[in-house]
Amino acid sequence: MSSVAGRLRLGGRRGLTDRSREERRLGWMLCAPAVIAMLLVTAYPIGYAIVLSVQHIDLRFPDQGGWVGLNNYKAVLTSSLWWTDVFNTVFITVVSVAIELSIGMALALVMHRAIFGRGLVRTSVLIPYGIVTVVAAFAWFFAFDASSGFVNHLPIVPDDEAWFGQRWTAIAVIIAVEVWKTTPFMALLLLAGLTTIDEGLYEAAKVDGANAVQRFFRITLPLMKPAILVALLFRTLDAFRIFDSIFIMTRGAQNTESVSILGYNQIISRTNLGLGSAVSVLIFIAVLMIAFAFVRLLGVRMAEGRPGT
Amino acid sequence: MRRGTREYATWSLGMILVLIFALLPVVWIISLSLKSPKTVGDGRFLPAGGEWTLQNYKVLFQGGFDNSPFIHPLINSIAIALISTLIAIVLAAFAAYAIARLSFPGKTIILGGALAIAMFPAISTIGPLFDMWRSIGLYDTYPGLIIPYLTFSLPLAIYTLVAFYREIPWDLEQAAQVDGATPFQAFRRVILPLAAPGTFTAAILVFIFCWNDFLFAITLTSSNNARTVPAALAFFTGSSQFTQPTGNIAAAAVIVTIPIIIFVLFFQRRIVAGLTAGAVKG
Repeated sequence: MSSVAGRLRLGGRRGLTDRSREERRLGWMLCAPAVIAMLLVTAYPIGYAIVLSVQHIDLRFPDQGGWVGLNNYKAVLTSSLWWTDVFNTVFITVVSVAIELSIGMALALVMHRAIFGRGLVRTSVLIPYGIVTVVAAFAWFFAFDASSGFVNHLPIVPDDEAWFGQRWTAIAVIIAVEVWKTTPFMALLLLAGLTTIDEGLYEAAKVDGANAVQRFFRITLPLMKPAILVALLFRTLDAFRIFDSIFIMTRGAQNTESVSILGYNQIISRTNLGLGSAVSVLIFIAVLMIAFAFVRLLGVRMAEGRPGT
Repeated sequence: MRRGTREYATWSLGMILVLIFALLPVVWIISLSLKSPKTVGDGRFLPAGGEWTLQNYKVLFQGGFDNSPFIHPLINSIAIALISTLIAIVLAAFAAYAIARLSFPGKTIILGGALAIAMFPAISTIGPLFDMWRSIGLYDTYPGLIIPYLTFSLPLAIYTLVAFYREIPWDLEQAAQVDGATPFQAFRRVILPLAAPGTFTAAILVFIFCWNDFLFAITLTSSNNARTVPAALAFFTGSSQFTQPTGNIAAAAVIVTIPIIIFVLFFQRRIVAGLTAGAVKG
């Protein structure tokens, strides 16, 4: 009885019971390790990146150091390479996410209307999701490569097409890998959204004489709008960070570089930490702007989102 | 309800298209890994009859631990992914239990922060990490990769586990104690069996995430000490300087795909549930 009385007694400050104060402390204690681990490699490094980005730090010339203010940013923002890379990244992001949404929606509708073999279809679409991106990039690279590939031996394709020798054909293959790898995830998210729609709505619409196309645009799409927007936000940010497949297929040759490849080249290949960090910070700002635009302009409710990749 | 033949035909066609879309590149890389140096450039989708060879696989394992280009990275990949998964799941399970079951202020901030980290561009951290790891001796070591993997897989783990733990009827624990079970018995016999499937699912997703990483693996390693398979693949050279490593890369690619195929075949239902749990509020 005494413990019940203890729980009921309002304990001192802020009118908290002993029990709820204990619960708070336990909650924070249980979350602390995860929170620290998450901040360790994000908050601190981004702060450090900002510090590096206003210095002249080139590991090849360790003696020439010093604060240079915003000069690194000026150097990046006035170089045509940066803007070519921004264009490539935005182009690849917009095109691949648009294709993914269309194919993903079709896939979700096919899976939703499964008559048989639902397990087989779900198993097979999970393979592109799970496969290592580098492996996917190699598979597509070798398929299109003139010396080992089968694509140039297909009917209608010219036998000597050098896919990775020109900018736009290379970008097309890069987009194809991106679409192949990530459409299944999009489809699964959309499928989860589809299953929450009340079947009765469709029956009612049928009775009222709505055809399949009308039912899709008047019922399915509006009800799935929140799920679609969240999926779009995550996929857009993910595609904007594209790195692995470009690194494997072209290493940025033929003007196919993305902003992440540029950052890597500056930091690791040229060991120019100052300039590279300026690129890193600019990418971080771009990601913030994209997220902000989605939340503000499109009204994405972040509470409905969740990380997937 | 009777289904029309036409509906079956449409569905079958749709299913075949999906299967081709999903599996064609996988079949291609397997086929490529079985071609010999003579047939690797023949442009056929499948190796011509009778010309299959396992030579590409043998080359990967020649020379033992020290000289093989593949064995050491493969061991690194497995060890780093397993250790990262284990730590991430333990940390995430604590946090997810607290978030799902306890009431304390700051819960929404933690969930929102995790979501923000899921959107964080990893490339923005490699410069500082490269610099920091070199000065404190974590460059080219296991912990040097495990730490960033923890950071970036925790959001996925926490969200998946919170979604699963919210479904658990926690009152059963008290009911068991009322029936005379000790707190430990109640946890082991009642809560553990309920929480284990979701926790296992989250572990699969985290493992796939760590197994897939390439950016940290090539920037924070410089040798086979800690280099994982995706990074090693990017630096593969042929068995002699005159042969292209195409077949060997394909064979290594097939080997690192095997765990993924096993997970997908055996746990398809769980992975789908894990990926979509909590994604859409029903």
